[in-house]
Amino acid sequence: MSSRDDILRALRRAGPPPTPVPEWTGRAMRFDDPVSRFLETVTAVAGTPLRVPDLAAADAAVRGLETWRRARLTATLVPGVGRSSLDLDAVARPQDLRDLEVAVVGGAPAVAENGAVWIPGSRLGRHRAVFVIAEHLVLVVRAEDVVHTMHEAYQRIQFERPGWGSFVSGPSKTADIEQALVIGAHGARSCAVVLIG
Amino acid sequence: MSGSLPVPPGQHPRAAARFLAQETRVRRHDAAGWHLRSNRDRGAASVPEWEALREAASAIKGHVLSRLADYLEEFERNAAQNGIQVHWARDGAEHNAIVHGLLAGRGVTRVVKSKSMLTEECGLNPFLEARGIEVTDTDLGERIVQLLGEPPSHIVVPAIHRTKEEIGELFYRRLGTPAGLADPTALTEAARHHLRQKFLDAQAGITGVNFAIAETGGVVVVTNEGNADMGTSLPPIHVACMGVEKVVPRARDLGVLLRVLARSATGQPSSVYASHFHGPLPGGEMHVVIVDNGRSAILARDAFRPSLWCIRCGACLNTCPVYRRSGGYSYGATIPGPIGSVLSALRNPRAHADLPFASSLCGSCSDVCPVRIDLHQELLAFRRELAGQGLVPLRKRLAMKAASLVMRRPALYALAGRVVRFLLRAAPWALRLGPGAAWARQRALPPGPRESFRDLWQRRAAGGEGGTP
Repeated sequence: MSSRDDILRALRRAGPPPTPVPEWTGRAMRFDDPVSRFLETVTAVAGTPLRVPDLAAADAAVRGLETWRRARLTATLVPGVGRSSLDLDAVARPQDLRDLEVAVVGGAPAVAENGAVWIPGSRLGRHRAVFVIAEHLVLVVRAEDVVHTMHEAYQRIQFERPGWGSFVSGPSKTADIEQALVIGAHGARSCAVVLIG
Repeated sequence: MSGSLPVPPGQHPRAAARFLAQETRVRRHDAAGWHLRSNRDRGAASVPEWEALREAASAIKGHVLSRLADYLEEFERNAAQNGIQVHWARDGAEHNAIVHGLLAGRGVTRVVKSKSMLTEECGLNPFLEARGIEVTDTDLGERIVQLLGEPPSHIVVPAIHRTKEEIGELFYRRLGTPAGLADPTALTEAARHHLRQKFLDAQAGITGVNFAIAETGGVVVVTNEGNADMGTSLPPIHVACMGVEKVVPRARDLGVLLRVLARSATGQPSSVYASHFHGPLPGGEMHVVIVDNGRSAILARDAFRPSLWCIRCGACLNTCPVYRRSGGYSYGATIPGPIGSVLSALRNPRAHADLPFASSLCGSCSDVCPVRIDLHQELLAFRRELAGQGLVPLRKRLAMKAASLVMRRPALYALAGRVVRFLLRAAPWALRLGPGAAWARQRALPPGPRESFRDLWQRRAAGGEGGTP
């Protein structure tokens, strides 16, 4: 008998009688102004929030970032915001993105309670590594895509199958050495969040 | 390679005593755990519906176990549609053989791994290394203990027992950092450069699994460092290893579970990265290995089944006064702390008969558990179980018998009280001899009162002085 059948049989024999699947019916927290709350939470998770009225202002805000001004290798996946100094589609291997300094990526929804932005793989172009290998990350979100909590976020997300997506909340961090918080473990050293609207 | 356990099973009191002898280290370890616990409290307090969330998380996990085989089959079907290959392993040996077969069959000799307690449990690293595959643990704490040749001493913060000076010394020897460097930021930076190269050179990435979604056939892996994402978006092969209990019915159940996970672990409102894998990289491969390794046996135990709800947040370790003051290695088990004591004892009661007693039963573990496992009750229940199996040391059994004998006879109890009160006044040293020695060793004995509570009570009832009780 295969391991698969063995395991499934053992689990069926061992488990308690089936119960109905529970639903979350609780009242989750809500904010008077979820967009402001989202931006506050971004700050709390060591991100840098920037609120702008429109796409042109988003472009200006990104170009005004210290990290952007100093960068030579940049890539944008949000048309109209920043510019790419390399053609991502022409990059053969994700490893070739090793020197990428800034990546501009769009995402939705954005979650007020934890500062997370959902990045669907389809918004990352040919190599999804771009969002984690870049030294600095810029996330572009729209005000209408801000939700209060993760419960709402999952209601809005449609998984790409096959595919990939990630909630990203602030820059990469660690506290593995004596609980000292260090920003920039393996992923982005900074995470600017440009909110349009 | 990751080290074998520095302390063999069954040695908790002795190993804890050795740890406690290092006063500075204990103080720091205690403070580190309490720091995490305090952050967890702030995280929990920031959510008004926290208790309702715990209740819901508990309900989801409880329900999953009632239909575990169905959900795993559903997961397998949907994962296959996503182009993910699912494998099944009865035990650690089969798990290791499957992972090795996948890697060796594709000529992989360099693999990066993100944190997975399951692969620690199965001893995957030494197995692969003995067969010529270089495994690099990429979580900073795990990389530190890997370079030290030690296993993790905490499930979320693997190097919690080490100081920045010790890590500085390690990096000086192994990564070429300047001698005496002990700044966490500089050390982390050095590790970033060292591991960046490992990521770029890796031919495959191994990850654990925080959650698998039956309805959509995907797995979710959370990290703060981004190591799981580096390790799965650069090399074309991703192998994800999960225990059977990791599956949840639907994505929306994660709305509940992800809300409690990071807050319970570190107090963060969210982990930095919560990545949902629903297929391989374009042109790549993704494999999920589903492992039983004793879990179906635990599932069969009504009283201890909830230990399978665990989402490995580490909150029960951080809050446990015993864990904080005895260190992870004293448990002689892959997973230390209250949850580790239950799981290890279930797996091998004979070897781990000490662990259900490595608790004051204060109940703090149960109070902080985000999925409401009644940990201290399970530890208590397991003591009963061990007593039934004759696995409690003779001295402890005799002491309990004596206590029971005395407590069931009021006259004997009163007499014993009188004797102890007399000894406390006349010859306190006598109480530090004989069977009570171990108990009295680290305790200051109280001054011996002349009267017992019963005496006071009787005087009061007789209308004499004695005050209001």
